[in-house]
Amino acid sequence: MTPRTTELKKHYDVVIIGAGGHGCATAYYLAKYHGVRNIAVLDKSYLGAGNTGRNTAVIRSNYLTEEGVRFYRESVRLFQDLSNEFGMNIMYENRGQLTLAHSDAAVRSFRWRAEVNQHLGVRSELVDVTTIRELVPHLRVEEDCRYPILAGLWHADGATARHDTVAWGYAKGACDRGVEIHQLTEVQGIEIANGGVSAVRTNRGRIHCGAIVQAVAGASSVVANMAGISLPIQSYPLQAMVTQPYKPLLDPHVSSPHLHVYVHQTSRGEFVIGGGSDPYPRYQTQATLEQKEALAAAALELFPFLAQAKVMRQWAGTTDMTPDYSPVMGLSPVKNYYLDAGWGTWGFKATPISGKMMAELVATQRVPDLIAPFDLARFQRFTQVNEAGATAASH
Amino acid sequence: MKILNCPLNGPRNISEFTYGGEYHAMPDAAKSSRSDWAEYIFFHRNPAGPVIEWWCHTASAYWFLAERDTRNNEILRTMPVAEYLSEQQA
Repeated sequence: MTPRTTELKKHYDVVIIGAGGHGCATAYYLAKYHGVRNIAVLDKSYLGAGNTGRNTAVIRSNYLTEEGVRFYRESVRLFQDLSNEFGMNIMYENRGQLTLAHSDAAVRSFRWRAEVNQHLGVRSELVDVTTIRELVPHLRVEEDCRYPILAGLWHADGATARHDTVAWGYAKGACDRGVEIHQLTEVQGIEIANGGVSAVRTNRGRIHCGAIVQAVAGASSVVANMAGISLPIQSYPLQAMVTQPYKPLLDPHVSSPHLHVYVHQTSRGEFVIGGGSDPYPRYQTQATLEQKEALAAAALELFPFLAQAKVMRQWAGTTDMTPDYSPVMGLSPVKNYYLDAGWGTWGFKATPISGKMMAELVATQRVPDLIAPFDLARFQRFTQVNEAGATAASH
Repeated sequence: MKILNCPLNGPRNISEFTYGGEYHAMPDAAKSSRSDWAEYIFFHRNPAGPVIEWWCHTASAYWFLAERDTRNNEILRTMPVAEYLSEQQA
């Protein structure tokens, strides 16, 4: 999927900054459901070059807060039908997700999450070690290790998909409906008149616009700053790696918040190993030996046979972390400037629903109920949405 | 191994330190609004470039300030808090 290169027009009704999954999905739903087609999606690099292609492709809705569960539940439902909708196989695989408890406190929080999830129609249950052994026969569950496994939170709705294809599908569907995607087009300034946005300055010239949506995970503060907006975000790298391929032997996604690691096997056979964000912020995707060692050590606690595995690739993405582990999306202090930010380590799984909700917001100028709790102004009201189920590997 | 030059303990491996967030000037509690406090507690410049931030040498519980460029992770300087504050007042 390569977007056609065309000249930039002088005016667009909507400019979306960032041609990743979220930006392309917003354009797609605006064109499909709201008849808004004079849209430019701008990206300083190429389609899906940012965190869309850097996440570890986990799809799940087993969050803790009611606001979070409702939101991600809708995202999982949309994901399930995306291949049909796009006419493009996103390789959606409903593998299930198992989160491990190594302490009594974790068992308590898993019971809580399971109750909230079941109440809202999400499949989550507390499972014992015997069930864990059946679900993941190669997992080390012996008690003579440093952090014995006490129980698990089994989330049957957990899934994975090919992340690039999600962006490509939305991009193609948007372009088919008249949306323009402009790669290598970097936004360098945002012009504001009468309290609202009027134009963006890019390396390819100035464009007038009726509204702007920023969907730039990993650069949210930098872009928002161009519009004079300050955000409750700090940007940390998150490092991941994959091993050489093995025969299929691990079906679900397995994560351990206590060991700060998660592991799953792709349909190609590689083991994907990811963990928590780095200990301090950087706008850099360079690896550090400390973080790689910690990841490997934790993965070996769970799957000792990986000691023989060779690491094939490693990479990092920049995670825009918020104080309450929930996104910052919706209205901003600038009229006609909409935020889709603060996606920390939970952005990929929110791609379809974020696009759909941002499109509705831009088209109707009314904040959909589903995203109202995630507005920027919650920090001024002290009504944060403390999402302790947001990251599978830390918190 | 990345080295951070602690004003108290000298050059040490950065893994011996705990990151403490961006330095923000504290508003006057008696005069500030709720909104000012929200700004102080939650919001960050988070720049792609030089930033003044809090660091603590974990073992000696010594807090100090460092100026670091977040684009290349270069530590530009480290200083005791008092040194930075007197510089700001000057």
